[in-house]
Amino acid sequence: MNRVALFIPLALFAALSIVLLLGLDKDPQELPSALVGEPFPEFFLPRLEGDQEIVSREDFRGQVLLVNVWATWCFACRIEHPMLNSLAEQGVVIVGLNYKDQRAEAKLWLYERGNPYQFNIFDAEGSLGIDLGVYGAPETYLVDGDGIIRYRRVGVVDDRIWNAELKALYEELTGALE
Amino acid sequence: MRVLGFVVLSLLLANMAVASTAVVEFSDESLRIRYQQLVQELRCPKCQNQNLADSNSPISEDLRAQVQRLLEEGMSDREIKDYLKNRYSEFILYRPEVNQNTWLLWAAPVLFLLVGLWVLFRLYFNRASTDTPLEQMDELSAVDQQRLDQLLRNKDKQ
Repeated sequence: MNRVALFIPLALFAALSIVLLLGLDKDPQELPSALVGEPFPEFFLPRLEGDQEIVSREDFRGQVLLVNVWATWCFACRIEHPMLNSLAEQGVVIVGLNYKDQRAEAKLWLYERGNPYQFNIFDAEGSLGIDLGVYGAPETYLVDGDGIIRYRRVGVVDDRIWNAELKALYEELTGALE
Repeated sequence: MRVLGFVVLSLLLANMAVASTAVVEFSDESLRIRYQQLVQELRCPKCQNQNLADSNSPISEDLRAQVQRLLEEGMSDREIKDYLKNRYSEFILYRPEVNQNTWLLWAAPVLFLLVGLWVLFRLYFNRASTDTPLEQMDELSAVDQQRLDQLLRNKDKQ
């Protein structure tokens, strides 16, 4: 009995090592999302094109769509942009959330790099950003036909992420609408 | 004496540094105290190991401004924390709530104390029970007595 007890510290140490080892694979920058499964927050903001027209979540019109948070100051957005262009070509509906940016620069960006967005929400103050819990661009949200957020990606959406995490869910949700 | 003067001077300078970063206007001074408390306890979502008070990242500036706005709107501390938790998840609370995921974390100090006490008692009483008092040492158990008799008998034979 006593001899077995001698191994208890070793067993505890082994258990701790395994827990810590598993932790190594986790990305500490990736926060648990508070909004998956929740409705997209209400907003009333101007379009990027000009202040005259106000857009709101009513403009999502029951479509399955991606909301992509971007800005011209965001370096990773440059890397992500061609992917968004190619998704738009495939018919994926993408709404842009231009986050804490300058209007003129943002328009120039779309002119130079192509515009994959159905329309752009201009969130100069980052108020919708706070409601979404945005903490770094780019971020991408998948919103279903009922306006519920079904998926959130913080960071670049590339081929790997699209195929591994987004595509199947997107097709399932669009399929459910038809 | 010179050392003391240096310490006092550096404390004064440290105070000035703090004062220069926190220029926030409030309609009521009691809000300022709550604001300071909140930004100490809320975590910057981007910079991970800093609270909102310490971080200079744009998101922290925005969230500090938001906390100030919500305070002026008359929200309680609880409501402000919930407001941010609903957007940024529990991660934003440096003082985690007690729930299914965190009860072990909260209970750990008490558990460690109890385990420690248990080990101490075990060690103490085990020693007490093995250290047989001298007056009892004369009395042998029946088995021992038998073995002793046997040994003595064998010795006599030799």
